[in-house]
Amino acid sequence: MTLKILAVDDSFTMRGLLEQALHEAGFDVDLAEDGQHGLERLPESDPDVVITDINMPRLDGFGFIEAVRADRRHRGLPILVLTTESAETLKDRARKAGATGWIVKPFDEEKLVDAIRRVAAREI
Amino acid sequence: MTNRESLRAGFFQECEDLLETMSDSLARVERDATDHDAVNALFRAVHSIKGGAGAFGLDALVTFSHAFENLLDDIRETRVTPRGDIMALLYRAGDRMYDLVESEQNEEDPARWQQDDDEHAALLAAIAAACANSDGGDTGPEEDFVPTPLAIEMPGLPALDVPADGGSADDRAGDDRWRITFRPLKALYALGNDPLPLFRALSEIGPLEVKPDLSALPPLGEMTWDESYLCWEVDLRADCAAEEIREVFEFVADDCVLQIDRGETQSTHSAQENAGPSERAQPATLPEPLLAETSGDAETPAAGRGATGQPAPRQSIRVDLDRVDRLINLVGELVISEAMLSQSLSEGGKFRDPAVEGALGQLKQLASELQERIMAIRAQSVKSLFQRMSRIVREAGHATGKEVRLVTEGEATEVDKTVIERLADPLTHMLRNAIDHGIETPETREAAGKSPQGTVRMTAGHRSGQVIMEITDDGGGIDCDAVLSRAIERGLVPPDANLKTQEIYNLLFEPGFSTAQNVSNLSGRGVGMDVVRSEIQSLGGRVNIDSTLGQGTTVTISLPLTLAVVEGMLVDVAGETLVVPSSALRETMRAEAGMIHRLGPRDLVLSMRGTLIPVFDLGASIGEREMSRDIHGMPVLMVETAAGMMIALTVDRILGQREVVIKGLSENYGLVRGIAAATVLGDGRIALIVDVDQLAQNAGIALEDSNARLTA
Repeated sequence: MTLKILAVDDSFTMRGLLEQALHEAGFDVDLAEDGQHGLERLPESDPDVVITDINMPRLDGFGFIEAVRADRRHRGLPILVLTTESAETLKDRARKAGATGWIVKPFDEEKLVDAIRRVAAREI
Repeated sequence: MTNRESLRAGFFQECEDLLETMSDSLARVERDATDHDAVNALFRAVHSIKGGAGAFGLDALVTFSHAFENLLDDIRETRVTPRGDIMALLYRAGDRMYDLVESEQNEEDPARWQQDDDEHAALLAAIAAACANSDGGDTGPEEDFVPTPLAIEMPGLPALDVPADGGSADDRAGDDRWRITFRPLKALYALGNDPLPLFRALSEIGPLEVKPDLSALPPLGEMTWDESYLCWEVDLRADCAAEEIREVFEFVADDCVLQIDRGETQSTHSAQENAGPSERAQPATLPEPLLAETSGDAETPAAGRGATGQPAPRQSIRVDLDRVDRLINLVGELVISEAMLSQSLSEGGKFRDPAVEGALGQLKQLASELQERIMAIRAQSVKSLFQRMSRIVREAGHATGKEVRLVTEGEATEVDKTVIERLADPLTHMLRNAIDHGIETPETREAAGKSPQGTVRMTAGHRSGQVIMEITDDGGGIDCDAVLSRAIERGLVPPDANLKTQEIYNLLFEPGFSTAQNVSNLSGRGVGMDVVRSEIQSLGGRVNIDSTLGQGTTVTISLPLTLAVVEGMLVDVAGETLVVPSSALRETMRAEAGMIHRLGPRDLVLSMRGTLIPVFDLGASIGEREMSRDIHGMPVLMVETAAGMMIALTVDRILGQREVVIKGLSENYGLVRGIAAATVLGDGRIALIVDVDQLAQNAGIALEDSNARLTA
């Protein structure tokens, strides 16, 4: 079974890049355009790992993660934060919201897969 | 195009939207500095551009948007108020974003934006200085993972013996065996981490053996479900740096007790024993997922919060323009075959059958609605164009030391995408002209009893099937005498020319004309209004100037709604059917005996309401026959060239007015002067669409002659 990734990013370009990189790595990919959309997609998508941007309209990454974690079914769901900064305060906030790990943009495919490998419960 | 190239192209497309959002938000922030939504949208736009730019390695754009973003972050956190100078700075930064995106898109030499460029460096410095912590805030965008040294702070615990600098060179020496002690804290599980994938990641480095340390596991009855009780001893065989191992634990560094030692050391165990008490005091459990309960409550609080009041993102997809054009072509064919079907049915007398007639009527209606809708796909609002223009006005005002306000109306007006793209240059030029030559200096304005701040009004709207754009300034207006004497000086008109006001304005469109006393570096760049006019003409449009001395000038552009369909008059000439675009047509009439005057051995003129108008036989103009001098009783089309000259075209028969789908002439034919394109008629015949302006130019010499004689 291939690993399913839900990638949440409001940027068309980033979604494209993520989709391409994740596909090439052999994952199934679902995309959502912001946190709100991500929450809507989540039940149907049923991903193994979620990757989310922070700055998004409607519902930002922090709010999205909090909302996912508030649902007990998703307590153990690995959520990686995509961030352009590796600023500690940002990671801290993401951690407080419930993020599992982070990927610093611009990511390369190897790092992306590496980060997913470190959080995915099922083997890649 | 490779996948990455197409993503790159997609990024620049997205940038257009983001820049538009940015401009929009800037304007909103200027109106209301406390508009939090606008500030957030502004921040996100710049942030998204930075993200994409990073992915494609566009360093100049990354650096700049990062600096910009810092300032916006300060504004977002209300550390800086976007008023006065800061607002002006935000606009400058916004403008620079446009420049950078454009420069990156055109793959210009990035050296242009290197920090030794004074102006760019100064802008960056100004942005940094405006930040709340003007010491620069942070050091710039980080490009990569920067694994942080482990800092494990646990109250009551002795510091673990971990080298602070991680994998030093010494670590690599000799031994190829690592002993890792890993004790997850309960937060590790709460954040969705799990030891298993970490061990799997470690196994990528080398073979390993993992042993659980169950010593902390309490009796089942004392376990708490979300507590962490297990500790793991990992024996890893690998010749690697400690840093490489630590990187695997990067995400969980703050949620575990981790010790990494070389070789087979027993000391780890004792360290762990020491670490015990506070850990052990906590209750124990298995990893959370095993005990997770299913919640029936799917509606999370945040989901509810997000759904309130905020606008849904605009639903749109991106479609290759080629696909749309293909659709337009196909629907054009559909309209034509519908017309052919109608015609053959009516010729075959089938129209007497009301069922056929009804179905055909419906088909016709559907086809034309389909055509309309598909045309609308290509349409875009002029908003983005107007936004770009506000920058031109700011810059031009700045460069000339004039105070100018731009007022825009009708931003929602939709125009064909191609038209929008090609309007940018002419509009830019006209706006610069309006500010450079039209708007007076504040002092002059005050002396004339005007407000020191000039106003340029740019409007767009639909009027009788055309798009009308107007640029109006409240400046000094056009001085006809000055224009005329200049034109005479330049030899554009004879010294004794007696021109009407409108004709004098039209002189402004003549190549090489410039009334400015000194050629300023702004609008006097060797491109004149003649370029504006030819660009508008090539879009099938017209430009017109109107002015009142002392009160201002209005330049009006009228454009066709679409470039795919043209409304035209079908005429018969020498056995051929031709289409004369209605946009050029002023009136149709019959040549009456009293109106026709001979001029020389060859030429004819018509006298109409006191003016003389040169006559051309359309058949002769396209080379189908010799010009007939006996035009008495022939239908005449009075057309106006884009230059504002009236000419009369005689034809054999007027068939009627109709919308026709433009079919480009195949490149095989090269440029056919006087013919713009072709169309297919209802009966399947081809009709050529006449290019009135080229026709006039074809007859250029004759025209110039008669014009000179007429105006003399």
